[in-house]
Amino acid sequence: MSEPPRTRPRLSATFTPDVMAEIRRAAATGIYDIRGAGAKRKLPHFDDLLFLGASMSRYPLEGYRERCDTQVVMGARFAENPITLKTPITIAGMSFGSLSGQAKEALGRGATLAGTTTTTGDGGMTDEERGHSQTLVYQYLPSRYGMNPVDLRRADAIEIVIGQGAKPGGGGMLLGQKITDRVAGMRNLPPGIDQRSACRHPDWTGPDDLAIKIEELREITDWRTPIYVKVGASRPYYDTALAAKAGADVVVLDGMQGGTAATQDVFIENVGLPILAAIRPAVEALQDLGLHRTVQLVVSGGIRSGADVAKALALGADAVAIGTAALIALGDNDPAYEDEYRALGTTAGAYDDWHEGNDPAGITTQRPELASRLDPVLGGRRLANYLAVMTLEAQTIARACGKSHLHNLEPEDLVALTIEAAAMARVPLAGTDWVPGRGF
Amino acid sequence: MPLVNLRETTLRDLNRSLHALPPDTNETHWTVRHPDGRHAVAAGLDRAIAVEIEGHVGYYCAGMNALAQVVVHGNAGVGVAENMMSGRVHVRGDASQAAGATAHGGLLVIDGNAAARCGISMKGVDIVVKGSVGHMSAFMAQSGTLTVLGDAGEALGDSLYEARLYVRGAVTSLGADCIEKAMRDEHRAELAEKLAAAGLAGEVDPAEFRRYGSARRLYHFTVDNAGAY
Repeated sequence: MSEPPRTRPRLSATFTPDVMAEIRRAAATGIYDIRGAGAKRKLPHFDDLLFLGASMSRYPLEGYRERCDTQVVMGARFAENPITLKTPITIAGMSFGSLSGQAKEALGRGATLAGTTTTTGDGGMTDEERGHSQTLVYQYLPSRYGMNPVDLRRADAIEIVIGQGAKPGGGGMLLGQKITDRVAGMRNLPPGIDQRSACRHPDWTGPDDLAIKIEELREITDWRTPIYVKVGASRPYYDTALAAKAGADVVVLDGMQGGTAATQDVFIENVGLPILAAIRPAVEALQDLGLHRTVQLVVSGGIRSGADVAKALALGADAVAIGTAALIALGDNDPAYEDEYRALGTTAGAYDDWHEGNDPAGITTQRPELASRLDPVLGGRRLANYLAVMTLEAQTIARACGKSHLHNLEPEDLVALTIEAAAMARVPLAGTDWVPGRGF
Repeated sequence: MPLVNLRETTLRDLNRSLHALPPDTNETHWTVRHPDGRHAVAAGLDRAIAVEIEGHVGYYCAGMNALAQVVVHGNAGVGVAENMMSGRVHVRGDASQAAGATAHGGLLVIDGNAAARCGISMKGVDIVVKGSVGHMSAFMAQSGTLTVLGDAGEALGDSLYEARLYVRGAVTSLGADCIEKAMRDEHRAELAEKLAAAGLAGEVDPAEFRRYGSARRLYHFTVDNAGAY
């Protein structure tokens, strides 16, 4: 007699193989997982939006012949020397220290070719990146590593960093293996030790103090330099309103898909908002203050293509910033290095141990033999190509919607594929006139 | 001897005038009247000039100072001499929070007391406080010296790196990874030098001070230190 049928082995939807592997890893090591990059979980994103395009009621523009402008002026609210971007795609803040000198140079070269800005990071400004970046945004961070008035005055804009999308409310830690003598010297710390970056600014707290801090930076730079305020997406309506009220020229809003050099995985995946959910509240805050288009809004976190750019702008942003995508354009996670990724226990496309300094692509490292793999001239060209493609893609979509400037894109050009995205972006669910949360 | 009355001249005009001075200027001694608690007075100076401010100032007086000698004949608000690079800032009265925050160099002298977080994240500056300092002073202090003739509040030197702290009075408590260290001859000599720079040579005995510094246990992240972070 045959055995009775048995219940088939059943895997848990809660305790998945990945979850169980992480439990075992935590039990074996006693330490949480630290990694680079941004949120990897599936999130409502720009993929969940579609443009409607022109039809009977909208008149399209001719591709390649009729103008679709892309220029954006940043910082004209209070600064005597605002910045003019040729494309509304900027390069987000990334530090020398987390990135190699060659990678920083490549970002500067690529941004300069494209007519856009690149941004320093937590660690100060190097002569190389200043020299290779026609317009450079200088970050003013809680750690104040490398902060000095000479670099402040040679910056084209100052970005006061309150937080970033990967870790709103969190500081940082650059592990000792990336602290070379030069990195340590720029940060006034001994080489080889783990460098903690504070999560709060040392000399001000809250929006009223921020207004005074902005006034000080304007006084030091004689009111010439635009001042940005960067926040991680968490309470975008209030954060944007408070930054604008404090006197910012530009607000930078970074969603949870935005990358970091090194943060706890639990932080990256569980704190903050996806950028799709943050743009409309931020735009609404500026509109309520009568400052939309006067205070520019830069959004970031998972921008990959011209379609993403166009969607962000249609929701009301003035510009976007890219970080992870720019590194990929330089060669990050390139399958050409698959053998080396495997030797590190990972695979091309998944490599995120940026804090360990062993990047085969020579980008997130301070090891000379790895960093020298990245040709900064070629890298800059690749980044410029990528920025050009994204700009052309955004223009293609804008023309199809009948817009003569990317800024003329509007929420009415969009619909959402999911109820979640419709609610977050405050556009109708495709095929309906229903915007969740806005009644029936 | 320019004299600027901030009831008649805007702060912006004052700071622009100070920033516009050529390196070989003859206008090397400025007096500022009626600051009335304004913020960012004499911020961003980078010439070897003297600026005397006759009254109380608000936040960030002499912020990012380089080369200049600034005297505040009154009290100073939050962040006096924040991120100073060089030169000398002297507060005749008391200073609020975060005095000398993140400063890289130069000398900050406070005749009265300094509130919380004095010398927070300092990066090479020398600070001499003739009175007492508040809680969390020298938090994450990286380098330089903090000398306190009076007492220090709670959590002195929390998470500090290589800064050296000299306190003559009582310390309410030490922060994470901050320990008392032996005063050796080189420390007494260093302290005597800082006291002399602050105009206290012969008035204060370095032997009365105790030295505090980093135990360096938090320099490399390990899970066993998690409770201290």
